[in-house]
Amino acid sequence: MAISTKGQTGLTGNTAIAYAMKQINPDVCPAYPITPSTAIIEDFSSYVADGAVDTELITVESEHSAMSACIGAAAAGARVMTATSAQGLALMWEMLYIASGMRFPIVIANVNRALSAPINIHCDHSDSMGARDSGWVQLYSETVQEAYDNFIQAVRIAENEKVLLPVMVCFDGFITSHAIENISLLDDAEVREFIGEYKPRHHLLDTDNPVTYGAMTLQDTYIEFKRQQSQAMSRAKDVVTEVGREFAGKFGRDYGLMETYRLDDAEAAIVILNSAAGTTKVAADELRKQGKKVGVLRPRLFRPFPFKEMADALKNVKAVAVLDRADSMNGFGGPLFNEVRSALYELDTRPRVISRIYGLGGRDYKVKDAASVFDELLKISSTGKVETLQKYITL
Amino acid sequence: MENKKELPLGGVIPRGGTAHEYSTGGWRKLRPVVDKDKCTNCLICWVMCPDSAVITQDGKMVGFDMEHCKGCGICAVECPDKVKAIKMEEEAG
Repeated sequence: MAISTKGQTGLTGNTAIAYAMKQINPDVCPAYPITPSTAIIEDFSSYVADGAVDTELITVESEHSAMSACIGAAAAGARVMTATSAQGLALMWEMLYIASGMRFPIVIANVNRALSAPINIHCDHSDSMGARDSGWVQLYSETVQEAYDNFIQAVRIAENEKVLLPVMVCFDGFITSHAIENISLLDDAEVREFIGEYKPRHHLLDTDNPVTYGAMTLQDTYIEFKRQQSQAMSRAKDVVTEVGREFAGKFGRDYGLMETYRLDDAEAAIVILNSAAGTTKVAADELRKQGKKVGVLRPRLFRPFPFKEMADALKNVKAVAVLDRADSMNGFGGPLFNEVRSALYELDTRPRVISRIYGLGGRDYKVKDAASVFDELLKISSTGKVETLQKYITL
Repeated sequence: MENKKELPLGGVIPRGGTAHEYSTGGWRKLRPVVDKDKCTNCLICWVMCPDSAVITQDGKMVGFDMEHCKGCGICAVECPDKVKAIKMEEEAG
């Protein structure tokens, strides 16, 4: 299928990511298919077969091997990317830590899908939330347009010399990956100019300057390497902002660390990731028409977690609901709730914060669901009392 | 390791040949001892030693690099049956 970069183009999330990969033209792409991310590699393999890219596509026997091959290729100095979902990301788990610990700027599209059991192929965030401590930068995307833009920016963020960490671009399985949306694409030349050439500090194919990757470090140095990695992750926050500004300056689409929607004078706010933020904004618009002061905060950057900016954005709100599409199973609320509430603890006057788990395994989250959470928040805001701190909704 | 803030990113070792600086001889429980009166300098021990710890000079086996020999005993096993010039002995306690 010929795709035009002029004007608006109707693409699914997966097709848009495959097209971004074609424009990026990575050196190596080791991949193993899994629903709902399969079409990314399916489309991209056509580009490889047609000679539209120079990429070495390695069809491996599992996702563990896919991430292992990404690491090996990155050690050889290649620009590397792949895509996966759910069980695929889970199978990569130990290799995710190795990729980040070795400071390889690998980029992965993670199309969010529920983890088994029971088996389910639809959207929730239990896959990427399970990888939140693996040392990967995590960007979440509401729309096809944002997934495409985030994926291109991810290359710059990962390869920035202040960062040098792998980046995971997350978007919702089926809802974003399979729905067609009109989006604006960049020209190939614009993408190439924006991402530039990747020049690794060291690589294994440079036989004039031999190096060792994967050496053992024990009590005398391991903790220093982890601190170094943590500091790089912390620097990634400003790099995400800088790259976002440059992207906005060149291409007009502006993304910060988070999106705030009608939040300035809001009494009640919902914090929510990815596509469901769109539904929540529609509910906010409807309630605003009735004079109710409600707003939405959609985090774009989840790792590193911009806790100061989060607290600043929510400091004047009276009641906040954090909606998680993943459960920490008997942790204190979902993973996003945990972090948002913890960020707010530093404030002198804190909003009341409740946890709601929604939409697991692709369960629909409707405007009425968001509206009912807003109504609950407005009640909390007027009475100052929380009746139910945490519960499942959309049941 | 003097300046831990300068440690290379991701634990990469940015030059080659550093294994030579790491003394693995301390791991040894048994040490190889060669009887040069029996040795035929066939150099099978030199070929088989996994730590490159057999020292040669002018094509002849002259001894062991005890800084790197881990005492695995492969040299003693591989020394031809008719020769058996290498024996493994207990390291002094």
